[in-house]
Amino acid sequence: MSLRERWNALSRPAQWAVLLPVVALVYFLPVLDPPVIATTGTDFPTAMFDVARYALVAVGLNVVVGQAGLLDLGYVGFFAVGAYVTALFTSPSSSLHKLPFLWTLPLAMVVTMIFGVILGTPTLRLRGDYLAIVTLGFGEIIRLLADNVDPLRGQRGFERVGADNAGQPLFTHATQWYWLTVTIIIAVLLLVGNLERSRVGRAWVAIREDEDVAEIMGVPTYKFKIWAFVMGAAIGGLSGALYAGKLGFVNNQSFDVVTSMLFLAAVVLGGAGNKVGVLLGAAVVAYLPMRFVQIAKYNYLIFGLALIILMIFRPQGLLGARQHLLAYGRQAYQRLIGRGDQISGDSALAPEKTGGRS
Amino acid sequence: MTRREEDVPAEGGVVAEVARMTEEERERHEAEIAEVVAPDREIEVEIGQTLLEMRDVTLRFGGLTALDSVSFDLRRGEILGLIGPNGAGKTTCFNAMTGVYRPTSGRVLLAGRPLARLSRHRITQLGIARTFQNIRLFGEMTALENVVVGADARHRTSLLGALLRLPRHHREEREAVARAMALLEFVGIADRAADKAKNLPYGYQRRLEIARALATEPKLLCLDEPAAGFNPAEKEELMGLIRRIRSDGYTILLIEHDMRLVMGVTDRIVVLEFGRKIAEGRPAEISQDPAVIAAYLGVSDDDAA
Repeated sequence: MSLRERWNALSRPAQWAVLLPVVALVYFLPVLDPPVIATTGTDFPTAMFDVARYALVAVGLNVVVGQAGLLDLGYVGFFAVGAYVTALFTSPSSSLHKLPFLWTLPLAMVVTMIFGVILGTPTLRLRGDYLAIVTLGFGEIIRLLADNVDPLRGQRGFERVGADNAGQPLFTHATQWYWLTVTIIIAVLLLVGNLERSRVGRAWVAIREDEDVAEIMGVPTYKFKIWAFVMGAAIGGLSGALYAGKLGFVNNQSFDVVTSMLFLAAVVLGGAGNKVGVLLGAAVVAYLPMRFVQIAKYNYLIFGLALIILMIFRPQGLLGARQHLLAYGRQAYQRLIGRGDQISGDSALAPEKTGGRS
Repeated sequence: MTRREEDVPAEGGVVAEVARMTEEERERHEAEIAEVVAPDREIEVEIGQTLLEMRDVTLRFGGLTALDSVSFDLRRGEILGLIGPNGAGKTTCFNAMTGVYRPTSGRVLLAGRPLARLSRHRITQLGIARTFQNIRLFGEMTALENVVVGADARHRTSLLGALLRLPRHHREEREAVARAMALLEFVGIADRAADKAKNLPYGYQRRLEIARALATEPKLLCLDEPAAGFNPAEKEELMGLIRRIRSDGYTILLIEHDMRLVMGVTDRIVVLEFGRKIAEGRPAEISQDPAVIAAYLGVSDDDAA
């Protein structure tokens, strides 16, 4: 029996009993600073914050790419918008009215959601490769705007982002930033999980599986694609805002296409569509270069090769997608067939393949 | 890992229960299912009156005329067969009805309401559901989830409602799962409800398509060659299923190649050839119609097979 089937066979309380220690361990990782996994170049809490930041981005991008199946190559654009919103409203370098840093988090989400609608409305009539190219362009447009629009201060950037009136940042320790981010990730995971096990999540997966059929089965596909974009954008913006607050400095240097690709690599590597998988993917993509600094300059080469090998041997990613799309699915399956969960596709119990008779 | 698989009852659930039922209990159980399968729907059209009208529907693709001013009516409560040799325009006719293609000219009316400018999901919500000739299920979803997607066509939970799990979300989820289960039992594939659609046997997939279409609570159910690839016993079973669907108050449009099935189950038949309607009438009349015989037996064609 695979790990996943075992997990699914557990009752809800039993699942929580396993999860809670894991979550506690995740929280205390930077404090424990375990010798083997400790990073050498960066101090460990800062490295862990970076991992958490990538994880949040991956969860957001997973809504767009993994769930709804919309290939978004310009996700860093949303991340950048979030960072710039926070910078504009908190940095003394900006002439705008100052807000407390925590207020800029929801504000960054709202603004990126608006950008999501602006980008989504014209482009989501496109599909597949065409959509990918347009989103790639969007990411570049945001970066070029940051380069060239004067109030965004180009390479000079914004200083003391996230500082309050006394000039102090919200947290001084990276560990505290890490805790804030992990807490936000957990909240986002719960909310995204709610969406997944609802009409919305089913609509997204239906669109990913076969958009035409989804439409014919009564799914307003255009609307739900925009929602996917908007939800993904909000999470990306939130992550960008946190990044800006932690770093305390925002300029145009950290939002290039390559970052977009790294975000996407995290999702694809971990397993598009699987929330736990993308967390794992993000951890791999963010952590490995910081742990093994001596190979960090071959970063992209190694990820490129890893992705190619993965696509050959395990195209579904480290953890393949298996979403639960029904709020009452567990009880329903139990009642109907006396079995708590579905047989996974690659289990030995899986029935014969279809086709051959068509 | 405190619990193991053996803690979960391997036998049990509704399927095993049904197997243990007496004749009388089973009848009651089936009546309960039928209740859920055909909910009380407000259909503006009386039984026997025109539900769907095709009015001079023409569809051209460049120089090719796929449908040439085709007109026919579908009356509420009947099973109408749509037949014709390969390439006669049967599926195109379907697609024109369900909004996949827009007719070049002519009108399609459902209960008197023109469908021309409506998006495809609106047409489904108005009450036309269909299955596909080449099975098109959501392969990565379980059978049950596939059917619930169909049921979602009637749901109104908003994104916010789902995000915060508001009461309507709970109510609709519970209802949808119950209805989807009943539908799976109705078409006879409840035992595989938890399997991914792509892992189901062929016959199950065909029936799952029917369950998914019924879940949208259609006024008109369009079946596109539902018996393709079936053996005679399975065809017999399918005929029974189609009759049961009709007796639950659905109107059915059936495209089918198998003449025995079409003749056995339909009330009326419309025959297309090269995009034109060449005959319309009761099965007995159609089988005697010289134009139909010519179309099928032809002079030099082997289409009759």
